[in-house]
Amino acid sequence: MRLPGLRGYLVAVTGSGVLAAILIVAQASALSQLVAVGVRGRLDRGALVATVVVVALRTAHHAAQGVIAARAAADVKAGLRSRLLAAAGERGPGWLAGQRAGELATLVGRGVDALDNYLIGYLPTLVLGVTVPVAVLVRLFFGDRTSALIITLTLPLIPIFAILVGWHTRTRTERQWRLLSRLGGHFLDMLSGMPTLRAFGRARAQVDVVRGMAEKYRGATMATLRVAFLSALVLELVATVSVALVAVPVGLRLLDGKVTLPVALLVLLLAPEAYAPLRAAGAQFHASQEGLAAAADAFAVLEPSPAGAGVPTPSGARVSARVPDPGAVELVFDRVSAGYSGVPVLREVSFTVAAGERVALVGPSGAGKSTVLSLLLGFLEPGEGRILVGGVDLSTVDLRAWRARLAWVPQRPHLFAAPVLDNIRLGEPGASVESVEAAARAAQAHGFVTDLPRGYATVLGERGYGLSSGQRQRLALARAYLRTDASLLLFDEPTARLDSASEAAVLAAAATLARDRTALLVAHRPALVATADRVLRVSDGTVCEETADRGTARSSGVDRPSDPVRPSDPVRPSGLGAGLIAVEGSGAA
Amino acid sequence: MSPPTTVTASSPGTASESPRCDGSPQLAGGLPPAPAPVSGRSPRLAAVRLVAGGGAARKLVLAALLSAATDLSGLGLLATATWLISRAAQRPPIVALSLAIVAVRALAIGKGTLRYVERLAGHDAALRVLARLRTRVYATLSRDTGQLPRGDLLARLVSDVDSVQDLLLRCAIPAAVAGIVALATVGFTAAFSGGAALLLAAGLLVAGLALPTLAFRLATRAAARIAEARGRYLAASVDVLAGAADLAAFGGTDAALAEAAGQASALARLERRAGAVGAVTGAAGALVPGLTAIGVFAVTVRGGPSVMVAVLALLALASVEAVLPLTGAAVRYAELRGAWRRVRPLLADDPLPGVDDPLPADQAPVPAITARRIAVRYPGAPAPALDGVDLDLPPGRRVAVVGPSGAGKSTLLGVLVGAVHPTAGTLLVDGTMPDGRPGPLGWPRSGGVLADGYVFHASVRENLTLGRAGFDDRALGRALQGAGLGDWADRLDDPVGEDGGQLSGGQRQRLLLARALLDPPPVLVLDEPTEGLDPAAADAVLADVLRITSGHTVVMVTHRLVDLRAFDEIVVLVEGRVAQRGGHDALLRRPGWYSTWTGIGEVPESTMGSGVGR
Repeated sequence: MRLPGLRGYLVAVTGSGVLAAILIVAQASALSQLVAVGVRGRLDRGALVATVVVVALRTAHHAAQGVIAARAAADVKAGLRSRLLAAAGERGPGWLAGQRAGELATLVGRGVDALDNYLIGYLPTLVLGVTVPVAVLVRLFFGDRTSALIITLTLPLIPIFAILVGWHTRTRTERQWRLLSRLGGHFLDMLSGMPTLRAFGRARAQVDVVRGMAEKYRGATMATLRVAFLSALVLELVATVSVALVAVPVGLRLLDGKVTLPVALLVLLLAPEAYAPLRAAGAQFHASQEGLAAAADAFAVLEPSPAGAGVPTPSGARVSARVPDPGAVELVFDRVSAGYSGVPVLREVSFTVAAGERVALVGPSGAGKSTVLSLLLGFLEPGEGRILVGGVDLSTVDLRAWRARLAWVPQRPHLFAAPVLDNIRLGEPGASVESVEAAARAAQAHGFVTDLPRGYATVLGERGYGLSSGQRQRLALARAYLRTDASLLLFDEPTARLDSASEAAVLAAAATLARDRTALLVAHRPALVATADRVLRVSDGTVCEETADRGTARSSGVDRPSDPVRPSDPVRPSGLGAGLIAVEGSGAA
Repeated sequence: MSPPTTVTASSPGTASESPRCDGSPQLAGGLPPAPAPVSGRSPRLAAVRLVAGGGAARKLVLAALLSAATDLSGLGLLATATWLISRAAQRPPIVALSLAIVAVRALAIGKGTLRYVERLAGHDAALRVLARLRTRVYATLSRDTGQLPRGDLLARLVSDVDSVQDLLLRCAIPAAVAGIVALATVGFTAAFSGGAALLLAAGLLVAGLALPTLAFRLATRAAARIAEARGRYLAASVDVLAGAADLAAFGGTDAALAEAAGQASALARLERRAGAVGAVTGAAGALVPGLTAIGVFAVTVRGGPSVMVAVLALLALASVEAVLPLTGAAVRYAELRGAWRRVRPLLADDPLPGVDDPLPADQAPVPAITARRIAVRYPGAPAPALDGVDLDLPPGRRVAVVGPSGAGKSTLLGVLVGAVHPTAGTLLVDGTMPDGRPGPLGWPRSGGVLADGYVFHASVRENLTLGRAGFDDRALGRALQGAGLGDWADRLDDPVGEDGGQLSGGQRQRLLLARALLDPPPVLVLDEPTEGLDPAAADAVLADVLRITSGHTVVMVTHRLVDLRAFDEIVVLVEGRVAQRGGHDALLRRPGWYSTWTGIGEVPESTMGSGVGR
């Protein structure tokens, strides 16, 4: 696995590094010649021209290198981001479920940005760390071999000392960092608890504690840094002492006339250059590690997943058989087992849903109700067994076309950073404003949408306008309403987080939508269960038919009548299904 | 001649990492207003004085001097070595060189050692400032009764305070050092050639002042645009990832991916442009040292043969290079100044701890509280949180406050502990009108378990005492026992996680309760003290609490409507108004909210989904 576009950049950086090394040597050569002649009070015009030209060339090279690095870093990051998101899209929501979506969002955001330090800072410096010492040594070999020998001997000390000091201090430093993060967190802890401290009259008394902990933090940090900076000390000393080691003997040999002044000055100018890039690379090493860690995470995502892990095969690989109309045929779960990352959720589940039937799925949370819906949505593939839709194995059906026949109302619908209008017509981007409004009306969403600051043009989402749970659900229902082709409804506890007024509104909308369609309803609340023709109980990974006696379903459904409503509220849920009936009446009005 | 480093405005830093971290002023919302303006003519300078006072300033100056000494040793090393070599070429007796030889060796070792000392001194000074800053920011927030920053804003405040460290180490000290180095080298050069000194000064001004200013301007402009583009891209990528299921089910994945890729390219375009601008600025920086050296050489070489021709030219080259990092510092400053700007208003000019009321709450007399037509409206809220609420609390009264979530129950408790100020109505404490300031309500008269109760990342003991002295292990044990945490009495010094991370919801709530019971104030408010407990445990804890606090006024908010007979009055709040009030039995007989919902055990929290089929 490689970063996209990195190969070209590496070639460019290497070429640039070689050029930089040549220019450094050229500048030192021209300058030393110019100055050596100047000391005798004369101006070497050739050397002057050469120096000016080399300085100009270095400037041009610097600009070009910077532009190339910035361009490459931006392109590599954009490419990596697109590939990461595409890979996530390809693997689908089943794979993204849980914490992974948040982790990936961090990775494609800050994680990828951390590559800047690596690409713009560390890589070019690392290349210079090779090319510049080589160029310097080659030039000095032809000028003053003694100095070249001294540099050759001392240069390896830099990486050797860096590694040795690093080893020596690592365990100690790591232990210290843990202490530091604890002490550093104290300030946040105290600020977070400020309301509590105020309530107990302790806020001002803690000023001294904050001061004391901040001082302790300083002490601990300094103890860490005294060790951590040791490596910098050693590297700096190696570099400066080496320059002294080169300069003094050269001066003494000048006395004996064994070297000429231009060569001696050249040695003086070039010696520090040999050490500088290696030290700079060492300084940038830590900053670049964060980017490399992000890259490693990215590669883990981009690598093809092991086959048969419950993640659906890409839609391209599917035999695009005829796509059955789920509203007109039987749905059969045939000994289906499924789970997430090796943890089984459903075990050999078999049941049948007839065309046009409305089936409620009940049972304790975590039993696998949502997993049944995920299987039907193709977010997850059965580990064993088959799902038959009108006799066709779902795993052979083109997912895209199949999903177009489904209307899904999830438990927690996502609001996209887009206008309400586009949030509703997610499945039908070409839908007209009128049809969107009609769908919103049917979903009892039109009222609150028109109350929003900019109506249907109001931008929603994390950075936009927030909506309550009930309003979100009704937008999700409007989404489903707009899918006129959909003939199988999949409702995942659409009322679980709602107060009774919202629940009644959502249930009324849902009941209208479910007419003439097959529907699978994951339900906790009795009001929703009451709308179903049949109840399936999911518990402990198995599914069984609930008896005709609804009472069982109710009493074991762990549910109570919903939230408090004021006595004046017309939709008081006095019994099962009452809310639905009441609001169907009021909804029509 | 150090290798060229590219400075770009796009390098990730605290200020540009997320769109919320830029310097846009509206983000300061939620922070309390600035306290009394800090003394002095310029508020900026006054703020700097506040932070750097008390010895920290001396340390900062010392760090800057050490850093300058390090740089000057490096320049001295180069100059001396050049002189040594140039002089040696004239074949003088070796004695003429011996001093220079010693100086070269001493400066070489001195530079390496000074660098170490200088870095430590710089960090020490910065951390001293950080400690002062934390203390002052904390002190300001502790005295101000206004709203406190929460969540994101709080985390940002902490990172803002921490970033001042960077501001000192990477911007302030380097700038001071560059100034010292420039003065020293120009002065040295002037001793030999006035013209060369002028040229060197010009080169230093371009590299150390003009270019950083330019880079700062460019970075400020680019950073704002990049932050905006990054925000748009992040929103698009979150939509693709967090909304993956919705997109897949509704066939919108491809369009969303294309949108995110488009935003990523737009971001990349801006980054490329900013990078190119930064590269050109940096390249100009690479040009200045060489040109300055050539200029200095051209001036001095006319003065005839002299070793100083070589020394001054190479010194010019190295000293201009030494101030080049200021361009990077300027870019960093562009990123960090927003943080400093946000922190500045939070610097109290009197960080001395105020003396909290030393009176143990338990010994304070129980006041009579009378509230009439109390209204509370939060800024920006469409409806009032409380609207015309009356409440009589003679000493020893027990009141339960119930009602649907969002009805204003917690706000009422906030009024009783002085944390929330009524926007209308009268609040009489022992018959006298309290003035607008907090107290006589609040500690030590009233307090308890509030909705925003916080568990500190500290030991059980510290969480109970909150630093109050005078409680022995037996008192702590009694408080824990009363809250149903008796088995914690022998684990007083065990740490609990950050905001109760290692605790279950019920344990956390009981710990908060135990804290309130340790020294129960005369007016004890309890916001759902038994939340997260199973019903039997909740009943037992409640009975204990009422027994322990006999004689105290108790106002409790609860969602559990089982048996509230122990309370003198039950107040039903709905949408900020008192819908019903009276004793348990009386309310039960009347049709209404209470009789509808009581007996259910617990009213489900509509927004939390807690207790519903879970």
